[in-house]
Amino acid sequence: MTTPAWVPRKRRGAEFFLTVLAVFIGIAAYAAVGLGAEGTIPADTYKLGGALIVVAIATHLIVRRVAPYADPVLLPLVIALNGLGLAMIYRIDLGCEEGGCGTYSPHANAQLMWTGLGIVAFTGILVLIRDHRRLQAFTYTFGFAAIALLVLPLMPVIGRNFYGARIWIAIGPFNFQPGEAAKICLAIFFAGYLVVKRDALALAGRRIIGIDLPRGRDLGPILAGWLISVGILVFQRDLGSSLLFFGLFVVMLYVATERPGWLVVGSLLFAAGTWFGYLAFGHVQERFDTWQDPFNQPKGYQLVTGLFGMAHGGVLGQGLGQGSPQLTPFSYSDFIAASMGEELGLTGLMAIIVIYGLIVERGLRISLTCRDAFGKLLAAGLAFSFALQVFVVVGGVTRLIPLTGLTTPFMAQGGSSVVMNWAIIGLLLRISDQTRRPAPEISTFDSDEETQVVKLS
Amino acid sequence: MNRPIRNIAIACLVLFVALLVNINYVQFVEADSLNAKNGNKRVINEEFSRDRGAILVDGQPVAESVKSKDDYKFQRRYPDGGLYAPLTGFFSYVYGRGGLENSQNSVLSGSDNRLFVNRVVDLVSNKQPKGGSVELTIDPLAQKAAAEGLERLGKNTKGSVVALDPQTGAILAMVNQPSYNPNRLASHDFSAVQKSWDALTKDKNQPMINRGTQQTLPPGSTFKLVTAAAALEDGVVDNIDDQIKAGSRLTFPGIQYTLPNENGGNCGGDRITFERALNVSCNVAFGALAGKIGQKRLAEQAAKFGFGTDPLDGLAANASRFTVGDNKLEAPQLAQSGIGQYEVAATPLQMAMVAAGIANGGDVMKPYVVKTVRSPNLRVLERGNPERLSQAMSSSNAAKLREMMISTVNVGTATSAKIAGVEVGAKTGTAQSTADRPPYAWFVSFAPAKDPKVAVAVLVESSDTARDEIAGGRLAGPIARSVMEAVLGK
Repeated sequence: MTTPAWVPRKRRGAEFFLTVLAVFIGIAAYAAVGLGAEGTIPADTYKLGGALIVVAIATHLIVRRVAPYADPVLLPLVIALNGLGLAMIYRIDLGCEEGGCGTYSPHANAQLMWTGLGIVAFTGILVLIRDHRRLQAFTYTFGFAAIALLVLPLMPVIGRNFYGARIWIAIGPFNFQPGEAAKICLAIFFAGYLVVKRDALALAGRRIIGIDLPRGRDLGPILAGWLISVGILVFQRDLGSSLLFFGLFVVMLYVATERPGWLVVGSLLFAAGTWFGYLAFGHVQERFDTWQDPFNQPKGYQLVTGLFGMAHGGVLGQGLGQGSPQLTPFSYSDFIAASMGEELGLTGLMAIIVIYGLIVERGLRISLTCRDAFGKLLAAGLAFSFALQVFVVVGGVTRLIPLTGLTTPFMAQGGSSVVMNWAIIGLLLRISDQTRRPAPEISTFDSDEETQVVKLS
Repeated sequence: MNRPIRNIAIACLVLFVALLVNINYVQFVEADSLNAKNGNKRVINEEFSRDRGAILVDGQPVAESVKSKDDYKFQRRYPDGGLYAPLTGFFSYVYGRGGLENSQNSVLSGSDNRLFVNRVVDLVSNKQPKGGSVELTIDPLAQKAAAEGLERLGKNTKGSVVALDPQTGAILAMVNQPSYNPNRLASHDFSAVQKSWDALTKDKNQPMINRGTQQTLPPGSTFKLVTAAAALEDGVVDNIDDQIKAGSRLTFPGIQYTLPNENGGNCGGDRITFERALNVSCNVAFGALAGKIGQKRLAEQAAKFGFGTDPLDGLAANASRFTVGDNKLEAPQLAQSGIGQYEVAATPLQMAMVAAGIANGGDVMKPYVVKTVRSPNLRVLERGNPERLSQAMSSSNAAKLREMMISTVNVGTATSAKIAGVEVGAKTGTAQSTADRPPYAWFVSFAPAKDPKVAVAVLVESSDTARDEIAGGRLAGPIARSVMEAVLGK
């Protein structure tokens, strides 16, 4: 006889309903773009919409089968963002057809293909990795993979320098940003490493002003992490990734050791690194000056045009297809948040930011409820890096902080970003499936049977 | 490990709240000031795609938006080319706006607060928002007469004409030569616009400045009206037939410099009547009067006519001046100032205001150019109201000065302004500048003397006419006469 103590609800029905809603948002946005920009619903709306519905439902069914206890909200949230992003990229393709964007080639089809690949990566992770704890066995493999991926863009043949940052590799006709994949590898590596070393790192050191500061000899790992991120800043000139990797590491260290002292040390190191970057590199200074006073800076055009677009959108927005987001350089990638703000207004942009917030919240919730330390750390790291990335890029575009080049997850044009973010969601769903799955069955015996050592029949 | 995760969750919440607050700041709080910033292409595009209101003269558009088949829905058109350019200004995608297109932009573009209800109605009924219209005080016949008058002096003539209604201050004509064609700047062919702009801004004749309100030049003998007004107001002279000092030269004790008359005459004697002094534009007489009046009182009289202030709203204008700053004048300089030389510099608009003030019983009216501002559905939003700027002189003294100006037309230097059957008052001026350039020819006039309808100031800076033939009466007088005739319907 068996009686499970508590069976969590799978909530697949809720996921299905939300997925339908999310797909509807994407298709409606696509149709609205056509209506707004050209006066007609795009001819391939039905075809594309049909394909989207099939893919979304197939994805839902796969989740239902291989991760039945996974979080039901993450997938619909991501589909909604991805759909809105595709619609906006298509909208900017239309806007740029009339010229005014310089040499411009449409991005929507490629982005659609990358989204497909992202979903393949997502389902692949769910199907192939049945238990996230297996990844812990490959801790150092992922560590080396991360370093290899970070170094790749600096290699002579395949490395590419676009827009001042050497963070790309080219293989055949495709350009890829390995940093996005490196982020996941690093999160897995940090999680595996910290699970083992957390006790040593958590040993109390000196206590200053109520904060436990780590011992000097334990500073090794954090210094290594700091050096890597400074290395990224120096050799790849990528302020955003540098901040992202270092933030990821410090926060995972804090979660693993429960000692806020690491945050203090990390912040000081980060401040020192940034100060060094500001003094040493013209482009960091330029970013900072542009942030301070974009209207009178030579490089302020992009930021200012983005702000103009958002202001022009106002509270309710110009409507999809009816603004001029294409005026802003990179309105389809780095500045897609500003494009959303222009056409969907303050209201729409707030909704999008809340969706990002919900994704982070679900990720941290998975981390909270996860039963194993590795999963906890990994989920917390992935969720926080997601939050930090959204904050850095949207904050940069809206002039809350200096602008740095990071992609807006799921919306910005860019293959590596879309695929890797889908992979992150796959990992989170896998961890959450493990977490919410009912505990293994425990057999119990009736008291009568307990005394009956041997039953004869 | 749950406590740090909860703390991280709170930190993430703080980050997202910061993002939300910040976009509220950008898209709501700061939105209006961002939209108003220079070079905001989205706002310019929107204005270019909107049915901008017309600028009207006597019910006919002098600037209007017509449907366009290119990227922008409307094309701004100026049917009369350069004729009204000093007033309308231009409306250019590349170079922004000028003139009334700029100062009346909120109404013309439809973004004015008074048009809020219209915008809501347009939004609800899904109609394209429209701009309101602006009707000017200009008399189209006077405007044309002025332009033709300047044109008759030759293509290279530089000059300006300003006509006012003395009783209201309404501007009846404002013409420049050379002018520019605002259609060339409003075109949607941006490279052509750029070429036109470069040519216009590099042109040494400065066709884009509004000479009527911006060009301050020595007004010469037309300034004797101000000196005469001061003399009457101060009691230096009481009646127009009082005998005053004249002669061929004004000398100053202890100084070698002497002030001669134009063409070396003696004004008809050592003592002549006040009226005759004005009729023959006697430098010696007015130089001597200026000395008796004194710098302070003369400057005050000029200020009462409007010198030293920018009198006009809605168009770029420069204040006229009596002295540079508060310079203290020596006796010869004061005498020269009394005849409109030395540092005295006035715009044609200012000299028209002097004539208008004298014609209007001493009351100087504030000039205005916008008669009515209407919403797209023709509701009147604003009317230009006559407003008294100052009382420059008493009505009895104004009557005396008027009589002197009338006799100047009848028997004096300004006979070219005579109109059959109408009592016209006028004063000529020929102002010296430097020796190497021709003098400026001025002419100010009003008509009719009783119940005045029009006051005109004409300035001819340079023309094809030979230097020794330049005199205000001969060059500028006929233009003033034809403008007055146009207003009076003669």
